[in-house]
Amino acid sequence: MAVEKMSIAKALNESLRLALDTDPKVLIMGEDVGKLGGVFRITDGLQKDFGEERVIDTPLAESGIVGTAIGLALRGYRPIVEIQFDGFVFPAYDQIVTQLAKMHARALGKVKLPVVVRIPYGGGIGAVEHHSESPEALFAHVAGLKVVSPSNASDAYWMMQQAVQSDDPVIFFEPKRRYWDKGEVDTESIPGPLHRAVTAREGSDLTLVAYGPMVKVCLEAAAAAQEEGKSVEVLDLRSMAPIDFDAIQKSAEKTGRVVVVHEAPVFYGSGAEIAARITERCFYHLEAPVLRVGGYHVPYPPARLEDEYLPGLDRVLDAVDRSLAF
Amino acid sequence: MTVESTAAARKPRRASKRTSAAKKPQSAEPQLVQLLTPEGERVEHPDYSIDLSAEELRGLYRDMVLTRRFDAEATALQRQGELGLWASLLGQEAAQIGSGRALRDDDYVFPTYREHGVAWCRGVDPTNLLGMFRGVNHGGWDPNSNNFHLYTIVIGSQTLHATGYAMGVAKDGADSAVIAYFGDGASSQGDVAESFTFSAVYNAPVVFFCQNNQWAISEPTERQTRVPLYQRAQGFGFPGVRVDGNDVLACLAVTRSALERARRGEGPTLVEAFTYRMGAHTTSDDPTKYRADEERAAWEAKDPILRLRTYLEKSGHADEAFFTALDEESETLGKRVREAVRAMPDPEPMALFEHAYADGNSLVDEERAQFAAYQASFADSAEEGK
Repeated sequence: MAVEKMSIAKALNESLRLALDTDPKVLIMGEDVGKLGGVFRITDGLQKDFGEERVIDTPLAESGIVGTAIGLALRGYRPIVEIQFDGFVFPAYDQIVTQLAKMHARALGKVKLPVVVRIPYGGGIGAVEHHSESPEALFAHVAGLKVVSPSNASDAYWMMQQAVQSDDPVIFFEPKRRYWDKGEVDTESIPGPLHRAVTAREGSDLTLVAYGPMVKVCLEAAAAAQEEGKSVEVLDLRSMAPIDFDAIQKSAEKTGRVVVVHEAPVFYGSGAEIAARITERCFYHLEAPVLRVGGYHVPYPPARLEDEYLPGLDRVLDAVDRSLAF
Repeated sequence: MTVESTAAARKPRRASKRTSAAKKPQSAEPQLVQLLTPEGERVEHPDYSIDLSAEELRGLYRDMVLTRRFDAEATALQRQGELGLWASLLGQEAAQIGSGRALRDDDYVFPTYREHGVAWCRGVDPTNLLGMFRGVNHGGWDPNSNNFHLYTIVIGSQTLHATGYAMGVAKDGADSAVIAYFGDGASSQGDVAESFTFSAVYNAPVVFFCQNNQWAISEPTERQTRVPLYQRAQGFGFPGVRVDGNDVLACLAVTRSALERARRGEGPTLVEAFTYRMGAHTTSDDPTKYRADEERAAWEAKDPILRLRTYLEKSGHADEAFFTALDEESETLGKRVREAVRAMPDPEPMALFEHAYADGNSLVDEERAQFAAYQASFADSAEEGK
């Protein structure tokens, strides 16, 4: 059967399994990805079926994981590395930014770096420090990287396939609090290109732009707004680098009002880039300034405060109201 | 010519003959493998031996002389404004030629930015190395043409790439090996420690070749370590050996042995080539601010090229005609490099947007189009002005 209902976690697992099965050069590397199947079980059962040479438990050294993945890629492999949590990626940040992102360009195209860096990201799971962050802008800002995040099971499955097939390094942000959300996955039909945004809900009064874990919040906000007679469109970006500005422009020109929502801090966040592009591309279509809803410019708070920090239904609706009232 | 010692129980770690030589500046001479003394005398070592033909010896000498000549030309080109920067290898020719000539064609090299001698051994055209120092590219040679990766500027990063590559070699079931170059300064980097860990636990066929040239810009090796660097390997579970980095024969023998060990599936080796950076860190550096002239003078007496020349002359392995012909070849190389650099064009403006991504990128496409239109707008006004 081509269409199956599964969780995002299961969709990722199935997609990784397919990648290993399809291409003998695909490797999975990371801390605890083998016997344990990863702390979120995304790689569950893969080492058992593909062996320790393909699904590799690594030493606890993130720079080492990415640095050796680069070497394996130069040898012709296609490593998919797992960073255990968002807040643990920074020891590898140097290898990602100074080496992985630039090597194809500095070789004038003579080498390719098909490395996928999987990062479970975002908050809302009541975790301890360094387990709830959204550092996507820090990667989107770096030329040479591609940065994506699925919001549902179908995208998790297919975007992972496309990321593995990409000859460029892809930072694959997995919305960890949505891992267990289920959705239909058609394993026989590719939904569309990796870096194209999709309209998750049609609307005419205002556009909510989101990606990853915030798409669900925005869909709920749009449904709530509908009850008050407001027609809200939700655009699921899927890709933070590059960004599908054409899709954003099209929706902004239709509704004239845009609110960008992400968990990452608003300051220098992707919302700033989106707002700037909208004013450049369709200033005269706007009925209100582009608003942003996101984290504050403070370190990620302790779990008992994260509901105040993260954009929730009410904060999104508040921004919708402010935009419509402008 | 050479007789390999079979006295395995006896393990003097230095050349026994020269320890009391008058020129030694330091009382505590490091333990190191040496096969050719600074005075050009062949000595034996119980663990490492080498038996080279006269032609091979002349070949090593030629490699070192031409590398030094190329290096001097590059320094001069920087002074003339043709290069933005140059990182001289002066004094490290033996470490680089010895290790470089130990490699097989199918081995793979991950260099720092100073491995001009190793590049020479790999057959990389010297003029290719100058593009990045002139500022026309960031390297740009095809690493797979000579199994010589691009120069890595961030200190120590390439040791992890070498380790990953070596893990891939092992996965492929190949019997080639990988060599990672780095320096005494890099030994403090976390990436180097992580590469030691990864290569040890995966038993990767990699040789870590550390050129301890005593100085990381202005910081002496004592600022990096409290133990001799080769001893670091022990804690990671693989052997380390210190070799006289100014002795091309010892560097060749020790590297060969380490590579063979890797090929046999016995894992990594750390080679510390004890040498000296005779020049500045780069052409932007001023070593008179931090080190004494006497130190340099003491190392000059251990010059890698001079000692091999002495040996070649004394042993009769090379005659005057050889040295004269090599002088001419050196000048020809210098001229070729000079002319090639001066003829090196600046890249076209649109090259900015080339190769940022392998699969393309809509943002780059958009910016490329904007930039092209901007460039074209000048062409329009030039037309109008006619």
